[in-house]
Amino acid sequence: MDGEKWAFGLTMMVVGMGGTFLTLWVLGLAMDLLKRLFPLVDKAADTPKQS
Amino acid sequence: MLDSLVTGLYGLTAGVTYLFTQGGPNVIMLLIAALLLYLGVKKEVEPLLLVPIGFGCLLVNIPLSDLMDKGGLLRILYDMGISNELFPLLIFVGIGAMIDFGALLEKPKMLLFGAAGQFGIFFTLLVALALGFPALEAVSIAVIGACDGPTSIYVASQYAPQLLGPISVAAYSYMALVPIIQPPIMRALTTPKERMIRMEPIKRTVSTQTRLLFPIVVTLVTGLLAPKGLPLMGTIMLGNFMRECAVVTRLQKASENEIANIVTLFLGLAIGGTMEGHAFLKPQTLMIFAMGFVAICMDTVAGVVFGKIVCWMTKGKVNPLIGAAGISAFPMAARVVQAQGQLYNRKNHLLMHAAGVNTGGQIGSVVAAAVMLSVLKGMGLIT
Repeated sequence: MDGEKWAFGLTMMVVGMGGTFLTLWVLGLAMDLLKRLFPLVDKAADTPKQS
Repeated sequence: MLDSLVTGLYGLTAGVTYLFTQGGPNVIMLLIAALLLYLGVKKEVEPLLLVPIGFGCLLVNIPLSDLMDKGGLLRILYDMGISNELFPLLIFVGIGAMIDFGALLEKPKMLLFGAAGQFGIFFTLLVALALGFPALEAVSIAVIGACDGPTSIYVASQYAPQLLGPISVAAYSYMALVPIIQPPIMRALTTPKERMIRMEPIKRTVSTQTRLLFPIVVTLVTGLLAPKGLPLMGTIMLGNFMRECAVVTRLQKASENEIANIVTLFLGLAIGGTMEGHAFLKPQTLMIFAMGFVAICMDTVAGVVFGKIVCWMTKGKVNPLIGAAGISAFPMAARVVQAQGQLYNRKNHLLMHAAGVNTGGQIGSVVAAAVMLSVLKGMGLIT
């Protein structure tokens, strides 16, 4: 494999794999943020107990 | 009169004459079509795809068949939805409508397993380049490692349409072979002690609003970071949004049933149409199948190794087997992990964790393809 192809392959490997990890990490953070902003409300706990 | 009789008879015997003079590749492809139909019908290996692909292959390899010529049925289907990438995208709407991302939303960090599970793509890209394939063909072959049929078709139809047949058949065949390919690798890379690790059950903590906003946020984030993949992620998330919003049930059901079924039929036939013997039977095809196998093996290796790293970092709270589910083959890969876990500890229920990782792999495969395309655009190799 000539130098140009190696450079292309390694660029794709580093930037591609790195970009995939980075994008999914950002997505994970965004999902965590969503969960914090909109937590699950326990309806049973919110409902006043009937005497 | 005699001339008319001779030319008339020639018309009737031309196909048979062709078969015996230059139809060797067609005969081999007719046998391959029979094998695909056998696998689909008798062994139930991805029957929804292999049956139409096998039949398309049969049709196009009948000598002097003009179904793939201009105006022919298979050419019309090909032009209608493969050359313009419409069919894989419509299938993605259906996939999005079918998938419940709930398990992933419970533990968003599982997405990182979905990133590790894409290593095979980039490893195979290097292999394909080393074997002498041009850059864009190498990229299209490497995407088999996404373990995702529609993504492979989407990329190959744009950048290596001449390899579409072998790439799509390899992608779908290896997806179906996940339960056979993965377990030996999972066992080879883990110790019995690691395989027996029990994971805490997942508690339900995700609100309806989070589930509803998830597809919109994913579309925005991936669209901003890897815009070339927006058609892929946008369609899968459109399907998921229709599922979660629950006000367009008819559209959701149509996407996951009628539309997906019709498009699958057209897609399969058109792919089969690309498998004409003289074009398909090349050393390249065997190399593509071999590289597809390498890609899926390397996905599994990277996923399990990543699982071992996470296991070590969490002091043994994560079973490394779940890393193998970080590919797009849903829900097969998750089921394989559950089965392997139970082989070593009957009380071990890894399914929900593996399902989270597996849906992460679904997103991961699309993100990896999107990132690749965006990097290629950045390098000026595609427009």
